[in-house]
Amino acid sequence: MTAASVAEPGGGSMLDTPPAPTGRPRGPLLRLWQQVKQAQGFSKWLLWVGAAITAVFVVLAVFAPLIAPYGFDQYMSHGVRFAKQGSPSGSHWFGTNVRSVDVMSVVIFGSRTAIEVVVLAVAFSLVIGVPLGMISGYYGGWLDRVLVLVMDALFAFPYLLLAIIIAFLLQNSVGSGVLTAAIAITVIYVPQYFRVVRGSVLSAREEPYVEAARALGARPRTIMGRYLFFNVIQSVPVIATLNAADAILTLAGLGFLGFGIQPTQAAEWGYELQRGVADMGAGLWWTSVFPGLAIVSLVTGLTLVGEGLNDVLNPVLRKRSGRRVLLPRREAAATTLPTRQAADGRGEQLS
Amino acid sequence: MASSGGSLRRYALTRLALVIPMVLILLTVVFLLMRVAPGDPIQAALGGKLSPEQLEAKRRAAGFTKPLLVQYGEYLKQVFTLNLGTAITDNQPISTVLKVNGAATLELSFTATLIALVIGVPIGLRAGRLRDSAFDAGGRLFGIITYAAPVFFVGLLFQLVFSKWLDWLPNSGQLSPIDQAELPAHTHLSVVDAIWDHNMSAFVDALKHLAMPSFTLGLLLCGVVIRLIRTNLIQTLKGDYVEAARARGVPEHKVVMRHAFRNALVPVVTVMGLQAALLLSGAVLTEETFNWPGIGNQLVTYLNNRDYTAVQGIITIFALAVVFISLLIDFVNAAIDPRVRY
Amino acid sequence: MTADNVLSVRDLRVWYGTERGSVRAVDGVSFDVRKGETLGLVGESGCGKSTLGRGILGLLPSGSAVDGSVRFRDRELVGVKQSDMREMRGAELGLIFQEPMTRLDPLMRISEHFAETLRAHEPDLTSDEIDARSIDTLRRMGIPPTRFRHYPHEFSGGMRQRIMIALALVLNPAFVVADEPTTALDVLVEAQILSILHDLKQNFDTSLLLITHNLGIVAEACERVAVMYAGRIVEEGDARQVFSDPSHPYTRELLRSTISLSTTALHYIPGSPPDLVEPPSGCHFHPRCPSAMQVCGSLDPVEVRAASGQRVSCWLHGPAELIPPGGTAPLQRQELASADEA
Repeated sequence: MTAASVAEPGGGSMLDTPPAPTGRPRGPLLRLWQQVKQAQGFSKWLLWVGAAITAVFVVLAVFAPLIAPYGFDQYMSHGVRFAKQGSPSGSHWFGTNVRSVDVMSVVIFGSRTAIEVVVLAVAFSLVIGVPLGMISGYYGGWLDRVLVLVMDALFAFPYLLLAIIIAFLLQNSVGSGVLTAAIAITVIYVPQYFRVVRGSVLSAREEPYVEAARALGARPRTIMGRYLFFNVIQSVPVIATLNAADAILTLAGLGFLGFGIQPTQAAEWGYELQRGVADMGAGLWWTSVFPGLAIVSLVTGLTLVGEGLNDVLNPVLRKRSGRRVLLPRREAAATTLPTRQAADGRGEQLS
Repeated sequence: MASSGGSLRRYALTRLALVIPMVLILLTVVFLLMRVAPGDPIQAALGGKLSPEQLEAKRRAAGFTKPLLVQYGEYLKQVFTLNLGTAITDNQPISTVLKVNGAATLELSFTATLIALVIGVPIGLRAGRLRDSAFDAGGRLFGIITYAAPVFFVGLLFQLVFSKWLDWLPNSGQLSPIDQAELPAHTHLSVVDAIWDHNMSAFVDALKHLAMPSFTLGLLLCGVVIRLIRTNLIQTLKGDYVEAARARGVPEHKVVMRHAFRNALVPVVTVMGLQAALLLSGAVLTEETFNWPGIGNQLVTYLNNRDYTAVQGIITIFALAVVFISLLIDFVNAAIDPRVRY
Repeated sequence: MTADNVLSVRDLRVWYGTERGSVRAVDGVSFDVRKGETLGLVGESGCGKSTLGRGILGLLPSGSAVDGSVRFRDRELVGVKQSDMREMRGAELGLIFQEPMTRLDPLMRISEHFAETLRAHEPDLTSDEIDARSIDTLRRMGIPPTRFRHYPHEFSGGMRQRIMIALALVLNPAFVVADEPTTALDVLVEAQILSILHDLKQNFDTSLLLITHNLGIVAEACERVAVMYAGRIVEEGDARQVFSDPSHPYTRELLRSTISLSTTALHYIPGSPPDLVEPPSGCHFHPRCPSAMQVCGSLDPVEVRAASGQRVSCWLHGPAELIPPGGTAPLQRQELASADEA
């Protein structure tokens, strides 16, 4: 099977950012969307399934009080205490856990917690990481070197440990809860955005149109805002989605180890799994399996969206459509050769 | 050939020199983090268990009454002489913790990485080659789900199936209590020690205990490996030198195996090195789930007991480990890829 | 077909599928190449010349359709099995690429590249024979034997191109396509490469299809030249003849656009190369042709032999009996709006 690519003028570029638009704000986002719509085959499937799964959880999160049968901390109803570690039944589809709380409600409210934390964390990371990356990449110099060193150090450090320590330290000031978890996760992910954005800016900075802008006297703020920004945000959606997926795992990890959100403040899947370890020893599976499946599903959904986006937007991975071509039959054009010279078959060679 | 050897050595030295600022930053971060907590470590760990005079004595002995900068200097000096201090709560020197528990974590991590590579590399290569086929779709999904499932959840499920229902494998610890007591610990790597001692039953026991934790952690890494290799292979198959080889009539399977595969695997080494952070984080969670006596497990215990000195010591170890691993990866990279050497 | 012809192409079409429609990269091309002859193929970027070169060797991406006839040494190449094609590539058909920097596998030594190529076609050779032949070919290209075991990144661009040429020639193919071999190189290196290609002809009777957009190279290195525009050959004949007395308006415009020491004002052809998905009707050049007639916009021109001897597809050369009445009147056309440009 041959798979040679046609030599494009100027060769293929290894940058994964397409050339920048003319600076109109709607342009790049619209183009992103158009590329998404053109997705083919498996990538398309990835995207839409992932989006559907994520949407389900978002709905659960937003409408939790309306959907969940009971409160996330509710261990009795009408003065009657729920069964402790009761197996799944008609009134408790997912059973109850050791605190006599309905597992299904915990799972549903857990979505709310997860989405809240993740949205906060991603928002914070973007607001901090993207500008830092742009400034560092554009100005260079000692600021850049220092930032890169710090970010690299943070990036190299085992993320969970970092999160644990920060959660730990913030416990006394901010109290454990959604905000603490969000901040802890933000600190881990800022370096990622920083690196990617900085890398984008570094390559875009050398582009001729930026040089031209500088030559025309544009201020750095203008250049960064109008030219570089849109170039840079091309890679952000994929990173943000994959980061969101990671963030949920980190949150659950924190909860599992006991450094996350406490059950009195909000339902959290990781915490339930920690409690579930003991249950598992006794063969009680429902207290762990349902929260666990929730984690797997939401993270898978987000990852599918991220992978699908990557497939579609990343020019390296983008597949040519390779549509079948049907060559039309040749028209019976005038094939008789002219009379100027004795037509001797076209292969005649002049010496 | 002489030039290649020499430049590799030069590369090594240069790399080592560049590493020092990174290490300093990490150590400073660790130091500051530990000092940011309100109160002092002694109070946090032992407050309420000892009288105020005893606490004060301990405080002075541990050096917490000195000015911050002096403490920082002492901390750095300690690290460079490889003295990591002593835990406050159980008086264990951190170096012992490193030797005993660190070995257990090493055993777990190493086996997990091996499993991840053995499973992940072939799947990733095949998926990349047969792009958009059913195998590719399945492989990618497998990679995504193994990463999406939290390590502790997978561990719990394994425990449910293999320990509870089938009763094939033990669900906690590194060795059964009998073997633990009997087996002389040379390296604290239970499998190695068993072989050392020619103890067959202990060997089997060690393997049985190692199986689930390492497989659990290995699956997590496996997902990353599959996605990485697949993407790399797709990229290399589009490469110019691949097209050129085809133009010379090199058979397709040779083109794929010799040119595409090898070039696709080169960045894997680097990325696996970067995954050291992921590996260590996953190890902490795995150790908690299976009660594996590793350094992560110890860390969590110390954290819960508010033993800041121990925590500082262990985190220092982690930081240094990450730096060391990244150095190692760079050297391996330079050995494989002739373009890298300075 | 005369016995002297190494390659005979008749009415070759290569179309690709894209979202917008089929790209008619090669749209009915015919020419011959004799033994030991160099045929130059000139045209603007995007006129389909690269596709033509690759199409002859069967190196087209999936989703392309080929039809027509390519006879190589009395063997029909269009529709032949891939495995047969692979056997011929390298041994009987060669391809020299444009960009030498990325065409060699960075992980393999030059010697290994040669070994791979030779073994693919002559598996019974001993290592010594392989080395001997490789070193000999390299020496002819000006690469010393001492560098035989070096890695690609240790060579400059010009040297890499020479290595690529050596790789293409080591098995002495009868027909070689050189796709813009000097475009990426500086002028001095270009001269060296051209002299190598010249020697080829002298010593081995290799037929060469030299694809380029540089008319100077053609004038210097080619006996015959074919001018390509929008997937079709518009003029073809003896190089000196075509350059001194061009028959087709496009050739004429091209020649006028070249810059020499006597140039005082820049000349250019207005408009842009046409869109190959929906090329202009009739003669593809008619929107930009200064001598366009009414018939040019509606009927495809027929190939005739011009007075000076070259083949040309242009209604200016008739045949008169096929032109409908009124067809010779000058073409009325609107101002070329910038939106019409491809």
